[in-house]
Amino acid sequence: MGQVETKKNAEALSMIKFQTLLLLFCLQFGALFSKSRTVESSSVRNLQSVFDEAESGDTLLLKGLFKVSLLKVNKPLFIIGKDAEFVSKDGDEILVIASDSVLVKNIVFKDVEASFLKDRAAIRLLEVQQVQVDNNQFINTFFGVYVQNSSNCIISNNTLQGKAGDEVHAGNAIHIWKAERIEVINNVAEGHRDGIYFEFVNQSFISGNISKNNMRYGLHFMFSNYDIYENNQFENNGSGVAVMFSKHIRMLNNTFKENWGGASYGILLKEISDGVMKHNRFELNTVGVYAEGANRIQIDSNVFVRNGKALDIKGNCMDNKILNNNFLGNTFEVLTNSKGNLNFFEGNYWGQYSGYDLNKDGVGDVPHRPVNLFALITDKIPAASMLLHSPLVHGLDMAERIFPQLIPEQLIDKKPQMKPLNL
Amino acid sequence: MGKIVKYLTIDLMKNWVMIVFTALLFLATLGFFALEGQNEKAVIGLLNLSLLLVPMLSLIFSITYYYNMYDFLLLILAQPIKRKKSIFSLYLSLLIVFSLSITIGLGLPLVLFNPFSTSYLLLLCILLLSAVFIAIALWAAVYTNDKSKGIGLSLLLWVYFVLLFDGILLLGMYNFAEYPIEKYVLFFTFLNPVDLSRIMVLMQTQTAALMGYSGAIFKQFFTTQQGLSIAVLLLVSWVVVPLMFAFNKFKKKDL
Amino acid sequence: MIAFEQLNKKYGKHKALENVSLSIPKGRVVALIGPNGSGKTTLIKSFLGLVSLNSGDIFFQEKSVLKQSDYRKHIGYMPQISRFPEHMNVKQLFDFMRSLRKDVKDYDWDLYDKFEIKKLEKKRLNALSGGMRQKVSAALALLFKPQLLLLDEPTAGLDPKSNEVLKSKLLNFASEDRLIIITSHILSDLDDLVNDVVYLIDGKLKFYESIESLQEKTKESRLTKMIAERLEMKN
Repeated sequence: MGQVETKKNAEALSMIKFQTLLLLFCLQFGALFSKSRTVESSSVRNLQSVFDEAESGDTLLLKGLFKVSLLKVNKPLFIIGKDAEFVSKDGDEILVIASDSVLVKNIVFKDVEASFLKDRAAIRLLEVQQVQVDNNQFINTFFGVYVQNSSNCIISNNTLQGKAGDEVHAGNAIHIWKAERIEVINNVAEGHRDGIYFEFVNQSFISGNISKNNMRYGLHFMFSNYDIYENNQFENNGSGVAVMFSKHIRMLNNTFKENWGGASYGILLKEISDGVMKHNRFELNTVGVYAEGANRIQIDSNVFVRNGKALDIKGNCMDNKILNNNFLGNTFEVLTNSKGNLNFFEGNYWGQYSGYDLNKDGVGDVPHRPVNLFALITDKIPAASMLLHSPLVHGLDMAERIFPQLIPEQLIDKKPQMKPLNL
Repeated sequence: MGKIVKYLTIDLMKNWVMIVFTALLFLATLGFFALEGQNEKAVIGLLNLSLLLVPMLSLIFSITYYYNMYDFLLLILAQPIKRKKSIFSLYLSLLIVFSLSITIGLGLPLVLFNPFSTSYLLLLCILLLSAVFIAIALWAAVYTNDKSKGIGLSLLLWVYFVLLFDGILLLGMYNFAEYPIEKYVLFFTFLNPVDLSRIMVLMQTQTAALMGYSGAIFKQFFTTQQGLSIAVLLLVSWVVVPLMFAFNKFKKKDL
Repeated sequence: MIAFEQLNKKYGKHKALENVSLSIPKGRVVALIGPNGSGKTTLIKSFLGLVSLNSGDIFFQEKSVLKQSDYRKHIGYMPQISRFPEHMNVKQLFDFMRSLRKDVKDYDWDLYDKFEIKKLEKKRLNALSGGMRQKVSAALALLFKPQLLLLDEPTAGLDPKSNEVLKSKLLNFASEDRLIIITSHILSDLDDLVNDVVYLIDGKLKFYESIESLQEKTKESRLTKMIAERLEMKN
């Protein structure tokens, strides 16, 4: 069963790559060979009629400032800006793409106003395929790019700068709902509610993005399966990153940094299974990884540096493998709310390990217990955190590690590394 | 009074315990910065060390010193000198020598390796803490009538402030864990100068931000100008109150 | 010169002084005598303000000394000191004491010279022998030419030669407007020095009499014998 799933996952990945190549070829080169004309804002009164009158496959080179709303693209077009700026005329959506094979490139989008009735977006992709949104700039747009019921699309190299107010008045930078094979590559999302939002999105690829200073999540990921995200940077978001109710997610080489606050994590793993987390870096988060109902996840070769709690793994998590990670300078290394342990820890480097290595094989001779008593106490009694570094607490911790009474006796790393792994 | 302070201070500066203490602090501070890659961890390590060491030494050394100076004190008191002056001179001399020792042993390398506000605050807290515990030591010395009882009492006080208080507080928090007790806990930390200093310094480090909601409440208090001033004032009152008790008792004491 | 009126002092249940009333005029050398725990030290300490009384009053030159400190200008006190500041040497001690007594400009260096304390100047006080310490103490007590000299066991630990030096100095020092009070239990040392004897026992004043009167009553010539005889008598 597990093998079949893995194979499916791999197939999904190669599928995405192939699709992407094809799409890039079609759109970017298509634009070169198609009929092109320059449209200047000063000479055009109604841009919609220009769009309507153009032929399928035309290239429109836009120049100047356009005040437009609800501009609809009904046929395959290459819409390329040359110092072009689209400002919402009445605060409503700017561009609605309702046709396959459209390219939108090099345009600045501005001033889409917040609304309680409708998730207004600068660009909306409505039930389309093979559309690319490339190298645009979004300034103060409620939602930046909104993709719904679409497939095989690319959102790349965009910069999305929201005006961070409160959570209710903020939209998401890149919002994708019900889609397949979408690529989100090298975008910068800042000052929105969520940086990147995925709901019911399968076989998709998120790579090289920077998502920071968003009010809620840097990446909000739900009910989406067989996806990959790698090489992204999530920094200083209200609650970090949430990956929930999903299967077969591969999370590689990402950085989760400086997500501070009462309910903030590097990453929240909730009800997810069969995923892989490798070579990620968790630095200065209140909680590095918060896992609840996570099963069969391989957490391998990650680096946890100076987090409040590196790993908070609840009792309803099963069969996860925590292998070969570096835990450096965290206040607490592992926290759990159960006396038992159904996960497997091995070969990690633990900054708080105080054992020895007599046979010099680089592996500590005494197992390490990464859960410390004080972590459990502060979890039950948050106010007790004021006793951090109290001599009393140091004493209790030491006693508990020697004669475990309250900490989970089975939660041990039998092969703790003596030196940090080279990751 | 200045004369008494001058002679006692010069005498104390040659005391081998103080010299060893200064050297130990100096080496420990260098050691922490050499061994810990991160300055912040070194600061926290130093905080841990000095919170244990400084109250203990301030207490035991001051009580011993008081009893060793007893005969000499009588000689001074047979001169036209007021009692309050003599005991205050004793306190001031101890304070000056401890402050010098801490400033040289801890402060100098600390400020050199980590010239940020956290270091200055740590130094200030430890200086105040030693002022507090010298005052408490004098109070204990004046209340007891011989050296061994005095040292016994000071050890009890040390255990109370460094361990017992936190234990009682933890039990209390355990019983009221269901309630939002952060503000009350904050109040209770005012009742222990050791806890107060520890939290004051910890809240300036990044550790605080990682302590969740409770940490945020403490941080909110201890990082504002106002909160810090209140905390420092509280520490100062921890110096003044035991000192008042000690002075008043000494004034009426049969020597 | 000094007067004690109805002094009462209790340490817990123990009565250290009980209704002690005593008036001593100037121009005398008084021996304060009594067994250990009889209240000698308490009496001296209460006069110096080191012990607070339960009741009673003490006068020095007709003025109450309770809660005062200024009267101590006129007093030279030679205590039994076992410990000095760790690193203080003899010279520093004299410098220190002189700096405390800025009011005095005219010093009495007589004992200082006769005991040859100058030779010890660089020695640490705590390294001195008991006898040496007594010499330093005595020289210090006389340094400021006090009107009232209080000596607590001055001869303890002194060699016979120094003992004689001290005695002759005290004889020399005594005059019409001065008072010397000496506590001691080695009575023979005080022969031919004292004029009066104050005897305390269990915190009570047993008697205060001049040597002449004692001699008359007991027909003895040596102080020890006189006192032993006197204690046999009633009143």
